Amino acid sequence: MIALEKRPQPSRTWAWASPLLAVALTMVLSGLMFAALGKNPVEVIRTIFFDPVFSEFAWYYRPQILIKGAPLVLIAVGLSFGFRAGVWNIGAEGQYIMGAICGAGVALALYPMEARWLIFPLMVIAGALGGWAWAMIPGLLRVRFGTNEILVSLMLVYVAEQLLAAMALGAMRNPDGMGFPGSRNLAQYTSSANLDLIEGSGLHWGVVAALIAVIFAYVVLSRHLFGFHVRLAGQAPRAARFAGVSPARMILMCMGLSGALAGAAGLFEVAGPAGQISIDFNVGYGFTAIIVAFLGRLNPLGILAAGALMALTYIGGGIAQSSLGLPSAAISLLQGMLLFTLLAVDVLTHYRLRFRKRSLA
Amino acid sequence: MNRRTLLATSAAILAFGAPAMAQDDPTKVGFVYVGPVGDGGWTYEHDQARQAVEEEFGDAVETVYVESVPEGPDAERVMTEMALNGADLIFTTSFGYMDPTMNVAAKFPDVKFEHATGYKTAENVSAYNARFYEGRAVQGHIAGHLTESNVIGYIGSFPIPEVVQGINAAYLHAKEVNPDVEFKIVWAYTWFDPAQEAEAANVLIEQGADVILQHTDSTAPQAAAEAAGNVYTFGQASDMAEYAPMPRVSSIIDNWAPYYIERVGAVMDGTWETSNVWHGIDEGMVGIGEITEAVPAEVKASAEDLRDRIADGSYHPFTGPINRQDGSEWLADGETADDETLLGMNFYVEGIEGDIPE
Repeated sequence: MIALEKRPQPSRTWAWASPLLAVALTMVLSGLMFAALGKNPVEVIRTIFFDPVFSEFAWYYRPQILIKGAPLVLIAVGLSFGFRAGVWNIGAEGQYIMGAICGAGVALALYPMEARWLIFPLMVIAGALGGWAWAMIPGLLRVRFGTNEILVSLMLVYVAEQLLAAMALGAMRNPDGMGFPGSRNLAQYTSSANLDLIEGSGLHWGVVAALIAVIFAYVVLSRHLFGFHVRLAGQAPRAARFAGVSPARMILMCMGLSGALAGAAGLFEVAGPAGQISIDFNVGYGFTAIIVAFLGRLNPLGILAAGALMALTYIGGGIAQSSLGLPSAAISLLQGMLLFTLLAVDVLTHYRLRFRKRSLA
Repeated sequence: MNRRTLLATSAAILAFGAPAMAQDDPTKVGFVYVGPVGDGGWTYEHDQARQAVEEEFGDAVETVYVESVPEGPDAERVMTEMALNGADLIFTTSFGYMDPTMNVAAKFPDVKFEHATGYKTAENVSAYNARFYEGRAVQGHIAGHLTESNVIGYIGSFPIPEVVQGINAAYLHAKEVNPDVEFKIVWAYTWFDPAQEAEAANVLIEQGADVILQHTDSTAPQAAAEAAGNVYTFGQASDMAEYAPMPRVSSIIDNWAPYYIERVGAVMDGTWETSNVWHGIDEGMVGIGEITEAVPAEVKASAEDLRDRIADGSYHPFTGPINRQDGSEWLADGETADDETLLGMNFYVEGIEGDIPE
């Protein structure tokens, strides 16, 4: 029979191997599901995981992976600090929306002035500040009144969504839009447009920011005192307090950092790929980023890989839908399986499998 | 070769390749849906029309669709995928797909696009919409007769012109047959969310509404009305006949099939041209679902008469005198509303209480 035996130390090998095993298991499990749906599982898996990168039209899909992955990585890197330190910001989606609203607000207020060197940087700052401020609400409430930041940050997502609808229908509505909801298109306004730096490459400022965030986070976590405190606060809260880490400060730093990055992600999205403030601007990046953060082991480099993988399933999922007639729910199931198998496989990090012969009683 | 020329070249290859293939290869038609095909409302009807296209043309046509596509960059990607994979015609079936459709259409000049419920067109982009307000007038007529509490509940989706038209049309025709009628409007800010729609319906029922009209697509309000008993509802977007004869007493059915078949046919024989159509009961794009026996016979007869008069053009649902909510005159006696005002309608008519949210 098989028994689980707790490891004295979490296995370093398995900490890295388990995401890979989880991906492999997901392919097998989802393959069974696709077969049950009457599709050829090999063909579906190939379409989802390989076609976006290697198929005939990969020159179009590859840049799309950057566009889809950048906000995920940017948000997930911010969240990973808090998640390591035991600060649970679940409301990145709301901070993402607020960043977009604040950044777009700057551009719309200055429209039609032409001064890219001034307007675009201002927008980025406003976006980050917007997200930061929205994250400060649950942060300060937690520090001051001991409220639960999970609930408060999550609830604020719905408030942000209502604000977004109000902006699309009211204050930010395009005056030339015949009364229809939605703001002016920021991607068509030279001073605010967040377009590809190299035409057709998908490489916009948000992708650059995501890469910088990954490097920055990697250096801070491995080399800087703040990074050490973050890890300490998560692994040994008591020890952290003895080491002079103020829990209140830690909460505010982590909430603020994740909020600012989520806000910046929202700004890059609204100024580029999405183009306008609309009622349905947000599509769940803030929530998917939570999966990406854990799939990437809360490690910046891991998050980069996980973000790319997640983006791949979206792009490949879309291809599978249109070319193989797969229902969209099947793609969501596949993405859910990814997290689910990872959590299951994680047992191996903390436990050792023992195969024993049944002893005679 | 940079990527831009590559894109242009590929588009050109597609463009030159398409006519040659037209002889033996089927015409490929793509559909982009905002909801799941099983929503029982908006997307369901678009998918029914897609199936009608397949039935009509058989092997000469191949259809593909992607469901639950968020409005924004994802929509743009899905449309590009379809165009790259050889689609000749793409139907994008939600208002929010307008800018993405325009962007993709600019990159693929030889692929035709049809965008539902928007207002932008281009050389290869047509717009189409249905005069839902015609159906709303018939609903309002029936609702005004049926209500005993004189309170009619209305579940709005988003405060956009299309929805405001519907509220005004329904109110005017309810008021016509029942001067004491009052409208209570709840904005759900969604096209499809069964939980939220059920909650909106329950709120309206608690406030005394005994007829509920909806501009959202699920059958949750019907279920809520059935649970409450003695509350009338109307099917929205699709017939929702499973709730007939009560609480669903009639419905507005979006019937896209005739238009889709016509446009696919036009692409096949090369006669497709840019157009911007707004079809109503007359052309069959707006259907009135069967009026059940829960409605008194004389009301049913007068409702059907109203429907027929709208269809043959002898009556326009917005015929003056009609004042705006603030009391100022909108339409003089006998004057009918022009399409431009209707398409940008952002005011209530006199008698409706409350404000359109901004």
